[in-house]
Amino acid sequence: MVSVAEGYWLKQSLQSPYAGSMYHGSPLLLSILGPLTTRRIEGKSSHHLCSLVFVIADVLSALLLRATGQKLQKAYRLNLSRLGLLTSLHDRVILPCGDIAALVYLWNPFTILSCVGLSTSPIENLAVIVSVYGAVTRRVPLAAFGLVMATHLSLYSATLAIPLIFLLGYGLDAPPVKKVLQTRHVGVETTGSTSDVSKQNKLTQTTQLFSWRTVLHFVFWVLVWSSYVLVLCSLSLKQYGGLEEMFKRTYGFILRIEDLSPNIGVFWYFFAEVFDFSRNYLLIVFNLYILLTGIPPLAFRLKHRPCFLAFAYLAFSSILKSYPSVGDAALYLSLWALFVNELTDMEHSCFIFCGYIGFSLLSPVMHNIWIWRGTGNANFYFGNAMGYACFQFMFVEKSVNAMLNHDQALKKATAEMTKN
Amino acid sequence: MASLLRSLFLLLIVQSFLVAIAFGSNEVEEFSEALLLKPLPDRKVLAHFHFENRAPPSNSHGRHHHLFPKAISQLVQKFRVKEMELSFTQGRWNHEHWGGFDPLSSMNAKPVGVELWAVFDVPLSQVDTSWKNLTHALSGLFCASINFLESSTSYAAPTWGFGPNSDKLRYGSLPREAVCTENLTPWLKLLPCRDKDGISALMNRPSVYRGFYHSQRLHLSTVESGQEGLGSGIVLEQTLTVVLQPETTSVESNMQPSWSLNSLFGRKVVGRCVLAKSSNVYLQLEGLLGHELKNMDTKIEAHNLWKNADFELSLKPDRVLRESSSFLFVFDIDKSSDSEPFDLGLTWKLPSKWSCQQAPLHASRFLMGSGNERGAIAILLKATESQEKLSGRDLTNGQCTIKANIFQIFPWYIKVYYHTLQIFVDQQQKTDSEVLKKINVSPSTDKVSSGMMEMMLELPCEVKSVAISIEYDKGFLHIDEYPPDANQGFDIPSALISFPNHHASLDFQEELNKSPLLSSFKEKSLVRSYTEVLLVPLTTPDFSMPYNVITITCTIFALYFGSLLNVLRRRIGEEERFLKSQGKKTGGLKQLLSRITAKIRGRPIEEQSSSESPAAQSSVLSSKLIFKIILVAGAAAAWQYFSTDK
Repeated sequence: MVSVAEGYWLKQSLQSPYAGSMYHGSPLLLSILGPLTTRRIEGKSSHHLCSLVFVIADVLSALLLRATGQKLQKAYRLNLSRLGLLTSLHDRVILPCGDIAALVYLWNPFTILSCVGLSTSPIENLAVIVSVYGAVTRRVPLAAFGLVMATHLSLYSATLAIPLIFLLGYGLDAPPVKKVLQTRHVGVETTGSTSDVSKQNKLTQTTQLFSWRTVLHFVFWVLVWSSYVLVLCSLSLKQYGGLEEMFKRTYGFILRIEDLSPNIGVFWYFFAEVFDFSRNYLLIVFNLYILLTGIPPLAFRLKHRPCFLAFAYLAFSSILKSYPSVGDAALYLSLWALFVNELTDMEHSCFIFCGYIGFSLLSPVMHNIWIWRGTGNANFYFGNAMGYACFQFMFVEKSVNAMLNHDQALKKATAEMTKN
Repeated sequence: MASLLRSLFLLLIVQSFLVAIAFGSNEVEEFSEALLLKPLPDRKVLAHFHFENRAPPSNSHGRHHHLFPKAISQLVQKFRVKEMELSFTQGRWNHEHWGGFDPLSSMNAKPVGVELWAVFDVPLSQVDTSWKNLTHALSGLFCASINFLESSTSYAAPTWGFGPNSDKLRYGSLPREAVCTENLTPWLKLLPCRDKDGISALMNRPSVYRGFYHSQRLHLSTVESGQEGLGSGIVLEQTLTVVLQPETTSVESNMQPSWSLNSLFGRKVVGRCVLAKSSNVYLQLEGLLGHELKNMDTKIEAHNLWKNADFELSLKPDRVLRESSSFLFVFDIDKSSDSEPFDLGLTWKLPSKWSCQQAPLHASRFLMGSGNERGAIAILLKATESQEKLSGRDLTNGQCTIKANIFQIFPWYIKVYYHTLQIFVDQQQKTDSEVLKKINVSPSTDKVSSGMMEMMLELPCEVKSVAISIEYDKGFLHIDEYPPDANQGFDIPSALISFPNHHASLDFQEELNKSPLLSSFKEKSLVRSYTEVLLVPLTTPDFSMPYNVITITCTIFALYFGSLLNVLRRRIGEEERFLKSQGKKTGGLKQLLSRITAKIRGRPIEEQSSSESPAAQSSVLSSKLIFKIILVAGAAAAWQYFSTDK
């Protein structure tokens, strides 16, 4: 936020906001938030107004999360009933995951921290949640707008395009269709009831098809919105080097990891320590690591659960981001809370939870010891960041594991049911 | 004998002819030396050596010079330097006691370390390359690490905040450069007499470097000749300013110490440098003292002594010049000889006190905040009791104002937030528009260029204090960018405060023979003062850790990738096992399930019995493994090939 103010000041004094190395955000954010940094109301310092904006953004995201959660909950119920499991699992309470997710988002210490610290992550989070909400409610332009804005604000949200396409193409999260159908098929063969056959046909018709039209519609809207955003950016940066400068200073800054100030991620220290001759090589390796190892395997395996895939991508990118912030963690934790029903039997959840608490308490301490008191060493804080990254990795892995196990369990249950 | 005489005669004729050619443009290269001595109010003595070397504008000399150092003229010709100043300084100029308003202090009070600025006479696009080449040349010439000013992160292009207004000006300073005899020796080599003869013979290294302040300056400017075809003349001005503490033997604490040249430098002047056009020694006495001196008839005694009620000089001055508040005694060292060396001495008889003229505002600079993440720089300007305030007043719109320019360079690792600039006048915060007349900021770019800030303040005359604060974040550097003593901290170069409406000049109404020193005093010079150099500690990473960090980080990524892939593909195996156990029970299901697994695996349906399949699988696996190994080896070979190719 301080850098937004600096960028705005530079722009006001007729210089490029990217002239110094202080501001690396979007020019649109600058023109929206910039005036707020200088305006004061009744003697209160200027950041009150900005924090108000962030609080509004947070509340909006929580509301959208709740709506998304309700949709997902409905879909979950529907799926269970389609599989005929609802009767058997009637005693099992379906939690109101929307409310839980919204509460997790609002009461998350990470969210509060990022809001208090005047980071711009609430706005980035809002954009991400808007895109997910738009896709869940099948409002294609909204989803496209959210995606474009999120990508514009932080590059890594571009990975969300894949889950969004799946979401629009296949529909909401469901147990893997093929498996269910096959088990169904077995059931049909064995029981031979006509009603089941008709039901199954309906099921194939509704779920099997990948609706190309919606996806094309989505792609079209993405193109429309991104050209709109680019035009706006180029208008606002006309005197200062235009779009090329913007890409160099925002995306280039993210990809080249130029700023080595400590954050909760891993890369700052890595690239502060790494030898100069291997720097470019490692930059390529790590960016490819995110691109190749993070995205495709999850997409292949979890394509039947696009919302969960979105969660996995967000978590993954928030770990491997060049400049992560606690706001990113808040976002993926609240998205995780959308799947409380599915993930009830997650392994080691207590251990991971304790790890999160431990590291989020330790990292300010280590930061203080190193930076402010000067009694500690950089390794203290870096070790902490490594541990945090480990726990995040574990969290993603265990969640994916639990989700797959859940599908398995569902399948098993259907198989047993049909057998009976 | 006659032939010898004739040949000698011929030689003489030829020589005189050559000389006539050399002096064809009736202007000759001139060299003059001078030494100014000045007792300071805080019991110290200032010695200011001044050497001026003029090469007149002419092209008839070609590359040949009589007195002018060839190295400098080559420098000027090669890099087309219009004006340049290089200073090596150690110690801080005490503006309160040593003066801040006279030409001496405004020209010779320099920031600690090396300061270099130059104006070039080249197209704008070549200025930076000229600057870079110049730094390298000077670095070699003066045995100093001036070449560090080459990198774009260490110099700036001031527009108006620094004295001369030119867009071809480059300014850079190295606060941490240690200045020692190795810099003085090449500097002395530029003098025609070196330190062998004349005034420069006084420069005894131990006594020069024992001083409180020591600044060695080289200023050169080119003089354009109006005529077509003539090259430009060069004026090279070399000064050495030393502040020394005379050894006192007197017990009285309020008595000013007495000194002589011999006691200050441990050497005496034996004759002038024969190549010098003029060689004078001046003694300047300031303030109250002069006032008393005015109505005093001086007694000249037989032993070349010159004394009055206050003090006594060991030599008789040739002339006494007076200015409004100070007296200047002029000595010509022509008369000294081996038997009777020139050894000026000053002996005080009565305790006396006086004060120096000070700049309208006294500048100091300090850091605020703690910790290694952020901080603030504050520049404090305090009003001094100076009469000259009146003389430099700018009466615009009936208001009395003082103008002050602040010029400051920030290295890139000091990430300044210019929007946090706050100005307090007499402890009251002022908005920018009230006092800030002009501001020019060029923000720093990480690892590319340093930041620069120029401000023009317009303050009311009755101002007591002005504080300017600006916040910054400390940058984090790559492990290679730290100097060997990283924990010492980093220096922020001095800020320059100049007062554009105030000019210092001393006019001694001396018209008899134009001494370059006095004429340089006569020129109006901008009143300037440099602030302290700031030491900013930056956070350091652990310098012994690169391998550990690289391996640990990569291990964690590998672990994550491995475990995630394991999770993603584990279900297949589970399912297989599960289905196998199912298949034993129901025969019909088994076929179907094997078809399912086959479909998942994307292989043709295996109709063989289960006992055969592991072998087949393993063969497939091994062939895959071999393929992978070959692929990796190929990639490695390609990498090796391309890297060695470079």
